[in-house]
Amino acid sequence: MSDPARTAFEPRLVAFCCHYCAFAAADLAGSLRIQYPPNVRIVRLPCTGRVDVIHLLKALEGGADGVLVAGCLEGDCHYLKGNLRAKKRVAYARKLLAEVGVEPERLEMFNLSSAMGGRFAEIVTEMTDRVRRLGPSPLRRGGDGAPATGSAPP
Amino acid sequence: MSGSDGKVGAVLVAGGGIAGMQAALDLANAGYRVHLVESRTAIGGRMAQLDKTFPTNDCAMCTISPRLVEVGTHPNIEILTNAELVALEGEAGRFRARVSLRPKFVDPDRCTGCGLCAERCPVPVKDDYNQRLSERRAIYKLYPQAVPNKFSIDRLGIPPCYDACPVHGNPSGYAALLAAGRYQEAYDAASERNPFPSICGRVCVRHCERRCNRANLDGPVALASLKRFLADWNAEHGRKTSPEEKRASIRENGRKIAVVGAGPAGLTAALELRRAGYSVVVFDRQALPGGMMRLAIPAYRLPDGIVQADIQNILDYGIELRLGRAVAGPGDLEALFREGFEAVFLGVGAWTCSRLRLPGEDLPNVSGGVDFLRDVRLGKKTSVRGRVVVIGGGNVAVDCARTARRLGAKSVEMFCLETRATMPAHPWEVEAALEEGVVLHDGLAPKRLLERDGLFAGLETLDVESVSFREGKLDLKTRPGTEKTFAGDELIVAIGQRPETAPFAEGGRIRLTPRGTFEVDPSTLMTSWPGVFAGGDAVRGAASIVEAVADGRRAARAIDARLRGVPLPPEPTPSTVVTLSADDLRARKEKLRPRQAVPTIPLDRRLAGFDEVELGLPEEQARQEAQRCLYCAVCSFCRQCEKACEAKAIRFDDAPSLRTIEVGAVILAPGFDLYDAAKKGEYGYRRFPNVVTGLDYERILSASGPTGGHVRRPSDGREPKRIAFLQCVGSRDAENPWCSSVCCMAATKQAILTREHLPGASCTVFVMDVRAFGKGFEEYVERAQTKYGVRYVHTRPSQIRQDPRTRDLLFSYTEDGKVWKEEAFDLVVLSAGLRPSPEADRLARACGIERTPGGFARSLPFRKAASSREGVFLAGAFEEPKDIPESVTQGSAAAALAMELLADVRGTRVKERTYPPEKEVGAEAARVGVFVCHCGSNIGGVIDCEKVAREAARLPGVVFATHLLYTCSPDGLKTIREKIEEHRLNRVVVASCTPRTHEALFQTTIREAGLNAYLFEMANIRDQCTWVHARMGERTERKAAELVRMAVGRARTLEPLPTQTYVPKRQALVVGGGPAGMTAALSIARQGFPVHLVEKSDRLGGNLRRIRTTLERPRPGDLLASLERAVREDSRIAVHLNATVQEVKGFVGNFSSRIRTDSGTLEVEHGAAILATGATELKPAEYLYGQSPRVLTQQEFEAKLEDDPAFAAGLREVVMIQCVGSREPDRTVCCRVGCTEALKNALALKRRNPDARIAILYRDLRAYGFKEEAYTEARRQGVLFFRFAREAKPSVRAVGDGRIEVRARDLHSGLELAAEPDALVLSAGMVTSPDLRELGTTFKIPVALDGFFLEAHMKLRPVDFASEGFFLCGACHGPKFIDESIAQAQAAAARAVSILSRPLLEVGGVVSRVDPDRCAACLTCVRTCPYGVPRINADGVAEIEAAMCHGCGVCAAECPAKAIDLMHYKDRQIVAKTDALFAEGGVAAPA
Repeated sequence: MSDPARTAFEPRLVAFCCHYCAFAAADLAGSLRIQYPPNVRIVRLPCTGRVDVIHLLKALEGGADGVLVAGCLEGDCHYLKGNLRAKKRVAYARKLLAEVGVEPERLEMFNLSSAMGGRFAEIVTEMTDRVRRLGPSPLRRGGDGAPATGSAPP
Repeated sequence: MSGSDGKVGAVLVAGGGIAGMQAALDLANAGYRVHLVESRTAIGGRMAQLDKTFPTNDCAMCTISPRLVEVGTHPNIEILTNAELVALEGEAGRFRARVSLRPKFVDPDRCTGCGLCAERCPVPVKDDYNQRLSERRAIYKLYPQAVPNKFSIDRLGIPPCYDACPVHGNPSGYAALLAAGRYQEAYDAASERNPFPSICGRVCVRHCERRCNRANLDGPVALASLKRFLADWNAEHGRKTSPEEKRASIRENGRKIAVVGAGPAGLTAALELRRAGYSVVVFDRQALPGGMMRLAIPAYRLPDGIVQADIQNILDYGIELRLGRAVAGPGDLEALFREGFEAVFLGVGAWTCSRLRLPGEDLPNVSGGVDFLRDVRLGKKTSVRGRVVVIGGGNVAVDCARTARRLGAKSVEMFCLETRATMPAHPWEVEAALEEGVVLHDGLAPKRLLERDGLFAGLETLDVESVSFREGKLDLKTRPGTEKTFAGDELIVAIGQRPETAPFAEGGRIRLTPRGTFEVDPSTLMTSWPGVFAGGDAVRGAASIVEAVADGRRAARAIDARLRGVPLPPEPTPSTVVTLSADDLRARKEKLRPRQAVPTIPLDRRLAGFDEVELGLPEEQARQEAQRCLYCAVCSFCRQCEKACEAKAIRFDDAPSLRTIEVGAVILAPGFDLYDAAKKGEYGYRRFPNVVTGLDYERILSASGPTGGHVRRPSDGREPKRIAFLQCVGSRDAENPWCSSVCCMAATKQAILTREHLPGASCTVFVMDVRAFGKGFEEYVERAQTKYGVRYVHTRPSQIRQDPRTRDLLFSYTEDGKVWKEEAFDLVVLSAGLRPSPEADRLARACGIERTPGGFARSLPFRKAASSREGVFLAGAFEEPKDIPESVTQGSAAAALAMELLADVRGTRVKERTYPPEKEVGAEAARVGVFVCHCGSNIGGVIDCEKVAREAARLPGVVFATHLLYTCSPDGLKTIREKIEEHRLNRVVVASCTPRTHEALFQTTIREAGLNAYLFEMANIRDQCTWVHARMGERTERKAAELVRMAVGRARTLEPLPTQTYVPKRQALVVGGGPAGMTAALSIARQGFPVHLVEKSDRLGGNLRRIRTTLERPRPGDLLASLERAVREDSRIAVHLNATVQEVKGFVGNFSSRIRTDSGTLEVEHGAAILATGATELKPAEYLYGQSPRVLTQQEFEAKLEDDPAFAAGLREVVMIQCVGSREPDRTVCCRVGCTEALKNALALKRRNPDARIAILYRDLRAYGFKEEAYTEARRQGVLFFRFAREAKPSVRAVGDGRIEVRARDLHSGLELAAEPDALVLSAGMVTSPDLRELGTTFKIPVALDGFFLEAHMKLRPVDFASEGFFLCGACHGPKFIDESIAQAQAAAARAVSILSRPLLEVGGVVSRVDPDRCAACLTCVRTCPYGVPRINADGVAEIEAAMCHGCGVCAAECPAKAIDLMHYKDRQIVAKTDALFAEGGVAAPA
């Protein structure tokens, strides 16, 4: 992060997290004081099965540079298989993104258990780095990657 | 509130593990008050320590955590932690339970769990939760997700140093802080109670060091040197408080007190009184303040500047010092009172030198010890003549001798009565004196002083025979005729000092003791003259500085209390002082770390003047010295937690207490301990770092464990490549003759997880038998082998060796008794066995229940949840080693038995929360209130909460925003309620910690203020913000503000969600009339609810009619008879024979079923249903079964043994073959009972015909738990066991004359077996009836591939179906023994009753709703719902029954017409968050 050119852009991430695993893992990262970049804003849902493609697209359209959906480990969904549903929808939304010329990598599905606080931090770090490399979302208002609200250094 | 016959509707559950939690929840949900007594500081038990659980590899924490919260927030469960049940009086139905509560030193009502205390605590403690593989602090929470979310202090008693110090100057506290490098806090702690840190750091008598437990190892911690280091450090680098600041800190009370004597006692009293607000004047007759400290202790030990500095520190508070003013008698005291002083403290010291009472003592060149020292200090004496003689063996004598050396004496000789070892002077002082050339003559008594020319010229002595002090009087015996003479030019007599008290006693208002000291009240130090107090040497005789300081403090407190007319604060409750013997220290494996030597100046410089001899410890050495502290009491008493806690929750003087609780029943669920693997010395646990136990490894695997879920071996942190699991360490041996039941599966799980973490690693399980007997276990082991390449080696290695260089582990083993292999491993995991804990032992004795020889609780025949004492029930591994689902089952079963006992008093002790009527807010515009929590400094220390609240106040819809120190504290909650009223708030946002732990609390709070619970939203600005971006400054604050904005955005869209209530149908349906069905029906009936029992055959009994005997002897026939009789006699049970369930409609609490019987159909309404349709023995299709009459199944063999007395006698040779039709690719299920049945029948045959030869051909002998003992017994009786592989089964053929021949090869020995048995007995598998699937369809419940019903959750909901209101028990769930089926039946009954007994059931909340106008009946929801809830109704549109909906929202997301919405998570409520984040108020970039 010492390279000033790279620190100039701080991506904005939205994470849709299930209550039982991903959100709990994020809390555990807190309990263990595992530090990660402050770029993510969590939206809590009962299950990632509730995630609709429209939620993902709205977030990107609104100004998110990246969106992640984080649910229970596969096979461990609190609601049996909501996370598998979410996986499909994320895949579908990625296809839509690709079609309109947005890098599908801006959207990703992750699976983790509530005991994986460290993994949550890793996921956010991974995603922050990835989106930072991609640069501002072309969907941000102002268009063409020129973010309307500026991208001031931290 | 007791029942009519005095029964009590409350239950005590001892043990908060998974079994106890289940029992508590079932009872509390069914109308009983529960007192959950947990010996640790949080519930959760062993399961909370596990990483994943078998056979589903579910994350243990994910599954247990919601349940922890449920128990923790249940209004009718009282959790008592750090508590033990110590006595149980009374009888079933009305017990008086005595519960001992160990102090937690934290007030749970005030503690918010914020954790600031632990951040400040300097004491590192091995973390038991992480199996001592990591460290925690002395103030701690058991684990991050712990419930209750409260901290407590780990404190074993009082550290001896603290206890020994007269002022409790807290040596271990400042040592701990120093060790942590926190010098300022350490200095503050060291000076808090003793205002002379620089002085006492140098010359203290060090009671603390004398009692230091480290003396039993390698010498006490140099506590005084540490104090000196801190004082020196503070002088140079410390925080300085100016005299103005000090004076400004005083709240003047306008009252005056006089202190006589500016020594340690007087100055301390003056300071304490000054701090309390008094004006204090200190009088001293000398020209310099300090008393003995300044005038009697030589400067080479205590430089003037040091004394002056400590004294100035005190005087700076605004204490007036009047020097040269003697206050010497009653007249002076009266004058002081006349002057307006309201009390006087006399700290006049002991300055009168004791005398030898020998002629010549008054010669001019003879002086008293302190007189001499004082004259030197005042500059009156600057030299000595020639040879100096010092008489005395105390510190003053040594000081005199060393001073004389510095004043130019030709020689200095000391004479003392005692030997060098017993003389009262500090050994280190004597040592220094000798180094400086002082000659010590010990054991000599002065007989005569020699005089020449009117001057002292020498000393004649006698040898001492014995010397002692009795009641302060010298008892000396000398040896006559041992006279010696020593010449001398000057004599110093330093044999003690006395206070100059006599003048004060004139007139008799002040009384003296026989020793001439002031007589005082020991608790107040007041003399016989009211208002006149005394302390220090004037009361104690010659004592020490630190004792004088203690007196000064004590007197000051007493004076203050007297003047304010309040009682003296009570002394803290005495607590045990922790002593650690040499053995204790060895057991703790403490390493030797010699005491740091204190550097001194060179000898020539010492003798050249009065430079300070001892130099302080350098920083690094001081820290190392501090790190030698053993933390004897764990807590160091530094009291940093008290300073850190902003909620004021620390109760440092907390004391143990005893509570008596009235309960009707008791459930014991204390869990298990692990066998101490270190006792098997041959395996090297605790000697070889890379040998760990299964539970250790569980933590190593855990993502929240000490290595963050990265598998590393302890010795070098390397990823292990070769891992061995050794089974049965402390199980299945002579000392522990039981099988621990869970270890094979746990090791298999750990091996699988290891392979998932480290795909390149090899895992080998060394095992005698793979005991995978539970549901789904066989498949799991199969998967471990085929998918994960886990190797199972059937052997028991006898010894592990360690390669000292690599720390790799080596052992040799044989699988066939012939070929020996040696193999090396990087890591060895020992599967330590399960055994009862010491706490369980105490619990059993307190309750007076019977136990097995191994110490487990003994249960009753066929009633595993019942103990030998009526009203005392059992759950979990305390009864027999068992896994999680069986523990949960037994927890419910124990609850059922308690509820049967207390059926009449249900609901008599429970509290129902009542709320005011809900305000109508639906149509109103949003009026949002925002409460930003500081969480002490967890949030407030990182971001500006006030600013966040100010920003929130400007958001649309927000009418009020504030910030609170602790929002979850009672005060905080009150504020929320008040503000709702005051500002007519209709939505509430709390920005604080996590909704996972606190949402329910805040929802309750807004309900109390008349708002619907769903009008609440939380912003997680702690766990997901300030804790994880602690050093990001402005960005952290921006994120918090945005999270608040998102929460407000969503809050504006929230709608009140009405819940509807309905009364459940208070009647149950039980399907299946075997032992499980009958038991379930009876239990429900006994709890007061009618039951319809549906049996498809023409009689009740099921397998009880087929099984004739049990291993444990009680007879199934007797059980059958008693169950049948009870069912017949219970009018609440309607039995329907030859009956089947045709149709089931409805939802939880409100079902309606159609039952077809011989006599037609009937409709039954019921609130719950239990399926108990059983399973039967398979009819084999192999081994000539059905072709030869000699081939029988175990049940057939058993029947013949029972029915035909001649049968056994005619059997010379019997062969049994196990796993017939089980554990095969097409039927993987292990029949669980087969091995035990074979053992049972073999032993039965041996009883009848001891000469019969029996061979059992098996694959893995699965005699789990206590059944292992039958295996041992069978071998003892000569039953032969041959192990075969699935790929090489025994061969059976007919050889004519009806004879059959069996051939097999034993894998253990390679021996071939060939036999022509009289009977070949097949242990056939268990199968469910073919109509099970049909029943499943009727009830819409799933049947697993293995043909058994599938429960809701394999671990935590073993008797529930996923569809609420339906339960299962018995063999239709999976093969099991009769007693296990019965326990499960009782469990199912408890679960069903927790619905039937509910006054009202609620539906609504977070559930999906269909908009029928938009529904196109496309069936998407019907297909995608994981629970099969949506259906197309009569109107042709989808309908989702609220009572059945689980609230996941899958349907809402999938519905193509957007006709379904999940309440509380509607699309617009979700999108509101991101909209608020991006759209509002010209959002700045998050950067």
